[in-house]
Amino acid sequence: MIAKTFPRGGGEIPHRKAATESKPIVAMPAPSVVVIPLIQHIGAICEPLVSIGDKVKMGQKIGEGKQYICAPVHSSVSGKVVAIEERPSLNGNKVLSIVIENDEKDEPISGESNKKILKLSPEAMCKTVREAGIVGMGGAGFPTHVKFQPPMPVDTVLINGAECEPYLTCDHRLMVEKAAEMVGGLLAIMRATGAANGIVCIEDNKPDAIAVVTEAIKDHPELSVEALQVRYPQGAEKQLIKAVLDKEVPSGCLPCESGCIVNNVHTAIAVYEALTEGKASYERVVTVSGGSVVDPRNVLVRIGTSIKELLDFCGGLLGEPGVIISGGPMTGQEVTSLEGPVVKALSGILALSKEEAFFDKNLPCIRCTLCVQACPMGLTPNLLGEYSSKGMFKNAEKLNIDDCIECALCSYVCPAKRALITWIIDGKAGLAAERAKEKVS
Amino acid sequence: MEDMNLIVAPSPHLRDSDTTEKIMFSVLISLLPVIGASFYFFGWDAVRLILLSSATAIITEYAFQYIRKIPIQIGDGSALLTGVLLALCVPPSLPSWMVIIGSAFAIGIGKQVFGGLGHNPFNPALVGRAFLTASFAAAMTTWTAPFDAVTTATPLVLGAARSSLPDLFFGSVAGSLGETSALAILIGGIYLFYKGVLDHRITVGVLGTVVIMALLTGQDPIFHLLAGSVLFGAVFMATDMVTSPITKGGRWIFGMGIGLIIMLIRIWGSYPDGVTFAILLMNAVTPLLNRWTRPRIYGQGVKVSE
Repeated sequence: MIAKTFPRGGGEIPHRKAATESKPIVAMPAPSVVVIPLIQHIGAICEPLVSIGDKVKMGQKIGEGKQYICAPVHSSVSGKVVAIEERPSLNGNKVLSIVIENDEKDEPISGESNKKILKLSPEAMCKTVREAGIVGMGGAGFPTHVKFQPPMPVDTVLINGAECEPYLTCDHRLMVEKAAEMVGGLLAIMRATGAANGIVCIEDNKPDAIAVVTEAIKDHPELSVEALQVRYPQGAEKQLIKAVLDKEVPSGCLPCESGCIVNNVHTAIAVYEALTEGKASYERVVTVSGGSVVDPRNVLVRIGTSIKELLDFCGGLLGEPGVIISGGPMTGQEVTSLEGPVVKALSGILALSKEEAFFDKNLPCIRCTLCVQACPMGLTPNLLGEYSSKGMFKNAEKLNIDDCIECALCSYVCPAKRALITWIIDGKAGLAAERAKEKVS
Repeated sequence: MEDMNLIVAPSPHLRDSDTTEKIMFSVLISLLPVIGASFYFFGWDAVRLILLSSATAIITEYAFQYIRKIPIQIGDGSALLTGVLLALCVPPSLPSWMVIIGSAFAIGIGKQVFGGLGHNPFNPALVGRAFLTASFAAAMTTWTAPFDAVTTATPLVLGAARSSLPDLFFGSVAGSLGETSALAILIGGIYLFYKGVLDHRITVGVLGTVVIMALLTGQDPIFHLLAGSVLFGAVFMATDMVTSPITKGGRWIFGMGIGLIIMLIRIWGSYPDGVTFAILLMNAVTPLLNRWTRPRIYGQGVKVSE
């Protein structure tokens, strides 16, 4: 069988997964202090539910918002609230956070355990998932309960196990080690959304994960595993849907418009644990890798652990790294504060050596069109970048800048090493600001 | 670790190893068989013209960048490439001072006044060639036979009956320095195609249209492919990235347009050849072709439910 893929654009990029892909997940002891940001998701920020001096238990809800698109936050340790103040996030921005001193007891809050999840009503499932604070753990951080109530019927749930970003292997290891939980989560999401089919999509550079998951679904005829070609950005939602279902999500629409929803591997496992054990989203697996990390590994780490402690747990750094990234090297952001905490959507911390990391040169565009050929959306990144960098946002709009999925492959292939994706992302923001201004006047 | 200087750089943090210099130098490498053939057929005139043209191109580029106070980028190979290309498309007997003027014009007016690399609408080497043709028509059409430097006419003027096809293929005919040997050009073209630098849509578009036009007008298609600048133009000039369309469809139309104009000039025009002006004319419509042939974007025009 030939592995499926999306038809247009895309490219081969280095995998660099060997350092961590065959190492079992290791749990890191909880740190003495955790910093829990009140916003770790796309949507409204939470209000604190605790005060300084309060005792909290592990998994206790400590922040909540009234808005629909919002996810509550929970304490990842048991202990005492010592501060509620602005603390630096990974990118250096200050975010209102709850600081908790660990009493080292890991006293859990009594969760509702429920072994018969398939008997739960969709509404009850949705409520439980929201209460558990689950957000998309692949990097986007979109509150998962919102996906549980699509505005139109869906027939298929895709589990995104493509993990097409270099270095990252946390989803790979989770599929190998927690396939049953993932399948349980997938079945729950299907029940909650009324979808009849479930497909686990895995790039075929992870044959062990494909084998384990295939075994785990063998009693479920409504489930299947789809092996995908290794091609970046295979894990981008729109490219995944095109590859597996041969459907295009209409411009500006959500995947449910194509009759499906897409969830990340780790998210499915979190859903299963929330429904069966009442476990809140207070820990996750993070890939710590890159040439500057002494002992690269996949770490089960409490939310709120500082990046510095996480790196120390992996043996610290070999000399001064070229760059430290949260997420993958293609779409991730550079870390500017090592005090910043692990959050729910953080899939990786990569400390790239000076030799590994690459920086823009911005030489003149020679119109080689490598970016046009690589764009998986069929856009013209050279022109979008040119217009955006010159503030000509309306021209970029006519070339459909809003359809850019920000996979950054255009910058990757550019022989002139131009900052195409940086300009395009700025251009999208600039265009949005211009539109908002026009609306007002 | 606290006082570590973390570099703030936007994603992506990985880049392909391809660079502008690599692309330029792969074109230069692909020109080596042509340069070798020009030396074989025309001797030291080839060395004289190529060296003078290249040196002038680089010096002109340097001078413009120095005066404009912008980073000196002569190391990217683009000026060298323009210089070599210009030398290869002039007659072997062209006086030295003429090729110097032509090369300076190519870089100065053809490229730098538009803003330098990537901003020029017309192929700089062909701008230089067109300038020389217009200014020094006699010198630019004085051809010497290979090996013996006797003045003669080009096969295009003599007509198909007077030139043997093997001579045209191997290059033992009168013509511009680098344009006589179809074999050398083909070797370079295959290398460029293999390196992913040459887009076959343009080359095939030009050559295919020349063949079809020749057949339609009852002429010898093989002769039209091998004689004059068609092959050199289709492989090395029309495929210039900066001045050709960015879309696949646009590149087909671009190539076919060049082929059509070449044959119109050859059959009904007053110039014996027509490749220079055919490519320059199509360079001019490249922005329009880009606009007309935009590819369909993912998710555009897909039906949305109410």
